[in-house]
Amino acid sequence: MIDAPLLSINDLSVSYAIGNERARAVDGLSLTLGAGQRLGIVGESGSGKSTLALALMRLHKPPAMIDSGQILLGGTDILRLDQGALRKFRWSEVALIPQGAMNALNPVIKVREQMADTIRAHRRDMSARDINKRIDELLVRVGLSTSVAGLYPHELSGGMKQRVCIALAIVLEPKLIIADEPTSALDVVVQRVVIETLKDVQAQIGAAMIMIGHDMGLMAQSVDHLAVMYAGRLVDQAPIREFFRRPLHPYSQLLISSLPSPDETRPLAGIPGMQPSLLDLPAGCAFHPRCPLVQPICREVMPPLETVEPHRRVACHVVAEAYNVRA
Amino acid sequence: MSAPDLLNLEGVTVTFGGGIHKAPFVALEDLSLSIPTGAPEIIAVAGESGSGKTTLGRVILGLTKPVRGRVAFDGADIWATGAVHSRGYLRSVQAVFQDPFSVFNPFYPVEHLLRAPLKMFGIARGRAEQDERITTALRQVGLKPEQVVGRYPHQLSGGQRQRIVVARALMLRPRLIVADEPVSMIDASLRANVLENLRALRDEHGISILYITHDLATARQVSNRLYVLYRGRAVEIGAAGDVIGAPKHPYTQLLMSSIPRPDPDAPWPAEHVRKGEIGTSDRAACVFLDRCPHRMPICAKQPPDFMLGDGRAVSCYLYSDGRSETAAA
Repeated sequence: MIDAPLLSINDLSVSYAIGNERARAVDGLSLTLGAGQRLGIVGESGSGKSTLALALMRLHKPPAMIDSGQILLGGTDILRLDQGALRKFRWSEVALIPQGAMNALNPVIKVREQMADTIRAHRRDMSARDINKRIDELLVRVGLSTSVAGLYPHELSGGMKQRVCIALAIVLEPKLIIADEPTSALDVVVQRVVIETLKDVQAQIGAAMIMIGHDMGLMAQSVDHLAVMYAGRLVDQAPIREFFRRPLHPYSQLLISSLPSPDETRPLAGIPGMQPSLLDLPAGCAFHPRCPLVQPICREVMPPLETVEPHRRVACHVVAEAYNVRA
Repeated sequence: MSAPDLLNLEGVTVTFGGGIHKAPFVALEDLSLSIPTGAPEIIAVAGESGSGKTTLGRVILGLTKPVRGRVAFDGADIWATGAVHSRGYLRSVQAVFQDPFSVFNPFYPVEHLLRAPLKMFGIARGRAEQDERITTALRQVGLKPEQVVGRYPHQLSGGQRQRIVVARALMLRPRLIVADEPVSMIDASLRANVLENLRALRDEHGISILYITHDLATARQVSNRLYVLYRGRAVEIGAAGDVIGAPKHPYTQLLMSSIPRPDPDAPWPAEHVRKGEIGTSDRAACVFLDRCPHRMPICAKQPPDFMLGDGRAVSCYLYSDGRSETAAA
């Protein structure tokens, strides 16, 4: 990327205060995202991916706290905005489709009214007629009939509700859409429709997208770049094709090989062990107790995230050694 | 057939609601399924939300009484004989539910969930014997007792909790387990362990399992037979590998093609299915009619039902004149 990236996160750390201790849910994370790019973030529950999503909009609440770092979106430092500016910034610049977003719709208000609310809060000058026109246009854009506007959420199926949420997310044409497990409660057929809708509208408005999840298959079909988080740290980042063709980090390799395939029968292999507690991280690389390639150095020294190939960064001593990146 | 089937469902229909002017909602229609005694197997039941798969699980657990049809366990109709209310039935048919977070009482250490049924069914009286059974069961599902006993639910991962639920089911030596989406809320990397536990229950303990899921990939890995349900009807039945490897019903084909493959070079194939997301299905026609890319005039006239042989059944008129290959191919 020659141009300045749309989003750049520099050394971001977010922690939760638990008693007298602090659990680092996001630890020294840096990444950049260009306009129109789609980045997937995968990781187990507790790896910090949802905390990251909330922090990007400063929607995190105590006991979560941003310890350090910088989040630049189109040149604006999100962490320096005052409350008023932040309020304007949210949704018009970054929109979030939270996990289980469809349950966020107000059950006693019709779809049109909920969408109009969002528009009115940010575009005070728009007339009622223009707002209604805009709502109809958005619903059509996400593949729904305009008659959906007159319905209550309980009259819609899960996939339709999720598409209403996508329509809500693009109401103000944000520069960045963050989708946190946007299809986790949907079956595969509806999941496909929702993901394709999301990709379509994202491309139409030219927004960048961060998609958070743990379904590797869905990521392969949805994003251009994939980042893997483990115990709060970014451990692997690669363009999607390279990631699946030749996963580098041992954890990424296990994530791919543990996928059950619908196309053949083979023994199921999980990843042995479990993710460590953030309050009691092992010394060195946090993944070393589960790693099949563990070396003595991994037990002592935390591997830094290093660029091993253009656009590929990996935090692993074994990979760094193989690539000879440390002169 | 000398010994009666372990479980035999015949023409089971479940409806909800309805009234004088409103037709009831058909959750499950004319479903038959049997599991033989002495040949434990894992039967996967797949379908989208609203297909009736959870209702089927509830019927087998005795939680929902069918409006029509017969549910027999060991050859005896559980509702006619009242067996459904007996402790014997409660113990013989165990459940593993989707959410491993809500089955635990957060105020008790996790072994409470294991100790309670031992007391209730009088399996182990003394504390020492109970502890021994608990540790054995935990080891059998691959957990280290010292890592879980005495801990509270919030201290364990979803995968660990679900394995404790499996351990609980195992301890009671049931003959059938209904596992309703047991891994859908568990991290992908931990799913394999829980699924391996289910496989071991069948292979080492002779327990049959009804595996309710919407994930055909895991269904293929663990199950012997597969039932694909759609809007309350079984649309395709057969050996899991056969059905998933070469799906015949247009709905099963749609399910298979919708699975996102973990390969950026194998994108979703072009959609050839009509969009019909809220279709009110006419029970006098094929339930897949409104979304089917191959529909014919006869499909609207009466619901299809055809066998193909070898235990494979496809409810679709595409196969009524002996054509064995799909029209989509």
